Amino acid sequence: MKRRSRFILSVLAFGYAFLYVPLVSVIVYSFNDSRLATVWGGFSMRWYSALLRNDQVLDAAFLSLRIALTVATLATIFGTMAGMALSRFGRFRGRTLFSGMITSPMVMPEVITGLSLLLLFVSLQQLIGWPAQRGFGTITIAHTTFAMAYVAIIVQSRLSAMDESLEEAAMDLGGRPLRVVFDITLPLIAPAMIAGWLLAFTLSLDDLVIASFVSGPGASTLPMLIFSKVKLGVTPDINALATLIILFVSSGVLIAWWISRRAQRQTG
Amino acid sequence: MLWQRFTIAIPYFWLLVFFLAPFAIILKISLADPIIAQPPFTPFFDDDGSITATADNYTFLLTDKLYAVTYFKSVAMAAIATLLCLALGFPMAYGIARADERTRNLLLLLIVLPFWISFLLRVYAWMGLLNNYGVINNVLMWLQVIDKPIAFMYTDFAIYIGLVYSYLPFMVLPLYATLERMDLDLVDAAQDLGARPSQAFWDITWPLARPGVIAGCLLVFIPAMGEYVIPYLLGGPESLLIGRVLFDEFFVNRDWPLASAVAIVLLLLLVVPIVFLQRSRAQDEGRLA
Repeated sequence: MKRRSRFILSVLAFGYAFLYVPLVSVIVYSFNDSRLATVWGGFSMRWYSALLRNDQVLDAAFLSLRIALTVATLATIFGTMAGMALSRFGRFRGRTLFSGMITSPMVMPEVITGLSLLLLFVSLQQLIGWPAQRGFGTITIAHTTFAMAYVAIIVQSRLSAMDESLEEAAMDLGGRPLRVVFDITLPLIAPAMIAGWLLAFTLSLDDLVIASFVSGPGASTLPMLIFSKVKLGVTPDINALATLIILFVSSGVLIAWWISRRAQRQTG
Repeated sequence: MLWQRFTIAIPYFWLLVFFLAPFAIILKISLADPIIAQPPFTPFFDDDGSITATADNYTFLLTDKLYAVTYFKSVAMAAIATLLCLALGFPMAYGIARADERTRNLLLLLIVLPFWISFLLRVYAWMGLLNNYGVINNVLMWLQVIDKPIAFMYTDFAIYIGLVYSYLPFMVLPLYATLERMDLDLVDAAQDLGARPSQAFWDITWPLARPGVIAGCLLVFIPAMGEYVIPYLLGGPESLLIGRVLFDEFFVNRDWPLASAVAIVLLLLLVVPIVFLQRSRAQDEGRLA
């Protein structure tokens, strides 16, 4: 048993090193003064100041943020509706298809989702003249479609784990069904909705392949811009950008974790 | 009730239009011929109303050896990457599930954290490590293990690293979920009754972990099949995986019908694993209810 747990410990150590060494190396090299990305030339912040003066990067980041905010909100609304339909409304006509359409976008290879949506937009444009141009709107629709699936799954599992007695009690006391939803159900699943919103936001901010398909000329999201630079190799300014994103995301996740742990301790 | 109908109808309608309908359109366009026009394919109906559908693209895909090799290689690479994820992910999930509660939460958080950081940037990070003048080669040369850099980049090895790195959390999380629910007393009982540790593992732990193993493997295998970014950035020019071929067929050659046919065949290959995943999810739902 002793030998076995040493094996487990070493795999754990290896696994976490595997996950984190690349991230740490990007952060270290972002402070590298040398223009050659892999030769250490002393400490410097020059790539950060270069980044902040780069309008192309700032524009792309702004577009990505606008899309991600819209997507997260739409996906949370539609995903919560879908999650409630799947876990609270019993059987309805077409439920199997519905449930399939919720799960599939999560695993569908991105090249297929991207291609299929672009072809839809092109066909729609021919038929009804909409969308007149591709960019913010088409990317938002595409991202909402796969992000709402994640929200629906999170909301659904939260609802399944929660018993219906509170909702039933409210109904027995004469609450109208829609009021019960807004006064009881939604507040109870609010943590799941927040988690879903954050996940949808991240997924949208992160997507490269689908956005590349459904975007038009002139509209570049941040990942599209990064990809076009990264294709040419490792560059110090991308290291700096990556570091900013890594630090921003990690501190967000750690703060969320810390808050939820404190909340658990207070209630539990 | 009316509001219930709306609650179902709105997301339902959205998915029908933006998820299901596009597949019908891909199918339609895969039966067209490429032309130089806007959009670059022949219409489904001719001016006189006759159907112009052709199976040319599919016969081309089936007869051209390059495509058969590409599909086969994609399946093989995705399968190997899945097994590597399982080999690394199972002991990790096991270790996490057996840790005490505070450590467990922290370990889980550390598994999920990279998932929140941009996928593209995580693949990019490996470019800096695997480069001829990258961190790994520099360290190995400094330690004098090697005297000239090993070409890690632009090889299948680099693709495997990228795939395992990116998809490891998808394997660890479902495995953790089943291993955490498992009753440890069963393993102890088996060992008390004289089972060797390996026997106890294969007879007790493994069968009990099977739902997690299946879910984890499918969650890695299906998206890995169509991966584009990893083979593009880490693999060599000859590493033609199907996701990359589809992308190039569409953007470089501008052959929309052929790209659509490539997508349909890829989808057919994935139907079986996707149905399996739906079933395992449905069973999970049943167990919760």
